[in-house]
Amino acid sequence: MKIITIEHIAKIYQVGSEEVHALADVSLTIGKNEYVAIMGPSGSGKSTLMNILGCLDTPTKGIYDFNGVNVSEMNDNELAAIRNKEIGFVFQTFNLLPRSNALHNVELPLIYSGMPSSERKERAMEALINVGLENRVYHRPNELSGGQRQRVAIARALVTRPSIILADEPTGNLDTKTGEEIMVLFNEIYEAGNTIILVTHEEYIAEHAERIIRLRDGLVEKNEMVENRFIPQKRESH
Amino acid sequence: MKNFLYELKESLLISLYAIRANKVRSMLTTLGIIIGVTSVVLMSTAIKGIDNAFQQGVSSLGSDNLYIDKWAWFNNDIPWWEMRNRKNLDMDDFKKYEDLAKLPAAVAPTIWTNKKIKFKERNVEGIMISGTTYNYINTTNLSFESGRFFNDFESRGARNVAVIGFTVAKQLFPLGNGLGQEIKIGDVKFKVVGVLDEQGSWVMGNFNPDNQVFIPIDCVFKYFQGERMRSITINVRAPNSTSVDAVKEEAIGIMRRIRGLSYAEDNDFSINQQEGLLTTINQTIGVIQIAGLFITGLALFVGAIGIMNIMFVSVKERTREIGVRKAIGAKNRTILTQFIMEAAIICLIGGMIGLGIAVTLSMIVNQYLPTAVQADAVILAVVISLLTGILSGFAPAYTASKLDPVEALRYE
Repeated sequence: MKIITIEHIAKIYQVGSEEVHALADVSLTIGKNEYVAIMGPSGSGKSTLMNILGCLDTPTKGIYDFNGVNVSEMNDNELAAIRNKEIGFVFQTFNLLPRSNALHNVELPLIYSGMPSSERKERAMEALINVGLENRVYHRPNELSGGQRQRVAIARALVTRPSIILADEPTGNLDTKTGEEIMVLFNEIYEAGNTIILVTHEEYIAEHAERIIRLRDGLVEKNEMVENRFIPQKRESH
Repeated sequence: MKNFLYELKESLLISLYAIRANKVRSMLTTLGIIIGVTSVVLMSTAIKGIDNAFQQGVSSLGSDNLYIDKWAWFNNDIPWWEMRNRKNLDMDDFKKYEDLAKLPAAVAPTIWTNKKIKFKERNVEGIMISGTTYNYINTTNLSFESGRFFNDFESRGARNVAVIGFTVAKQLFPLGNGLGQEIKIGDVKFKVVGVLDEQGSWVMGNFNPDNQVFIPIDCVFKYFQGERMRSITINVRAPNSTSVDAVKEEAIGIMRRIRGLSYAEDNDFSINQQEGLLTTINQTIGVIQIAGLFITGLALFVGAIGIMNIMFVSVKERTREIGVRKAIGAKNRTILTQFIMEAAIICLIGGMIGLGIAVTLSMIVNQYLPTAVQADAVILAVVISLLTGILSGFAPAYTASKLDPVEALRYE
């Protein structure tokens, strides 16, 4: 079953008198419970593609079909609703609200979807337990380590039970060991039946995925399955 | 509707969260509004206080009273030189009027003069001496601290008796009571037969009974000035407020007869009423009000600009936060509500603090000047601060709501 189908999308920016084709012509599909990595050097259109896939931006040309709905022509509010219900974001810099505790950060998307307070707290708590942060619920981001912050962000992405998890360089700000732990978590999420799109420029991170889509100059250069997917092993935690 | 309330409640909580998270900035922001609301509330209480004092002062004249005089007190319709050329009112006029008038409850003549008053070596200068008859007391609501007003017998006999106002008594007899003492008005000895209670209004100035001394009118003529030298005023009290107009009509008729005016001639006297004074005062207070509100409004406006400024800074600083909120599903409207709410709450808190300060200050000031804090002030403070918050928060909130999530997330 397809979740995402994009056909011949392009994104063109007007810079002064020049047109910049961030994406020239990209078509691809992503199915349910797939684990896809998007790779490419900087300037390849990777970020633009991610913004469009994440419904943060709309393409200049082409069709973006999300779960049978054409999102390429939606307005701001409709896009916000899609982001809220269907997409879980995980960012390189975590992007937590600095002065709110972990629980409030995780609750936030549910607030925007209009869930009653008690149910919301329960769901947020459950999500924090799932990422192993049951002892850090009332800590603020500055009281948490980098890995823990990213776990809060992942809990926030999962709490709405979205159709896709969109992770943009999720290990980029972490040391190797912590990065690995996060990749273990992503693998668990994937094995639990979720769809993950991973944007990265590191080969060994990308090899955690089932499939790698390589971009260059706004075009899909390669779209291939990973022969021997790297399945990270959970280490005994300290 | 339910959805809207939910959103309102949640953005309220989010705003409170944000305000608490930025305590110092929130406090600085409120400062402008605190000053604004304090001055608005203070000004409105002060104006109300002054107004109350004037009304009280005016009502001490008595709403049932008329004053027949050569001069129109508050009326500017008749040129002053015309009034100047009018024939003086004298005691004959008064006596005829007293005989002919059927409606008034009481009538009394008054004439004023200025004299120095002495008790032993104490001097009080520039006191208003009112010469009148025993009936004067019945045209007023004066009450006595001790003693009484002079009686019919003393009045007709032009005995050297005096009734002194509260302030005069305090000045002449700082310790104890002056009742029964002999004072000197000019060079003439008078016996104090009564001391008035404090009437307590500063508005009427020298006409305030507190600052006056009352003596029989014939004493004035006997010792201080000739009977025909100056015009007298006839105080007329109507039996009740509904009969004031009838008493006035009667007075005009009688006075025209006494003064021998033909049908074609204008009145050569004026009938003065509290109403005239009220109109004049209300005009003055209206001007004070407009000027005061304009000035305080300016203070509030400056406060509002301060808030707008800081909210703009806040939006800029929290660009990334706005980006995150949008990425996880906040609609434009939600962001708009959040930031307006933030400004409104900051202003409301400022408004409450301002109100507290204003109330405290007006309690202190009240010891020197009349003020009046009323329930309106509370409503005024709430409405003004909320309105300021919403208006000054709107532009920054709108900017925030229109931010592009991609740009906002990239913002460093």
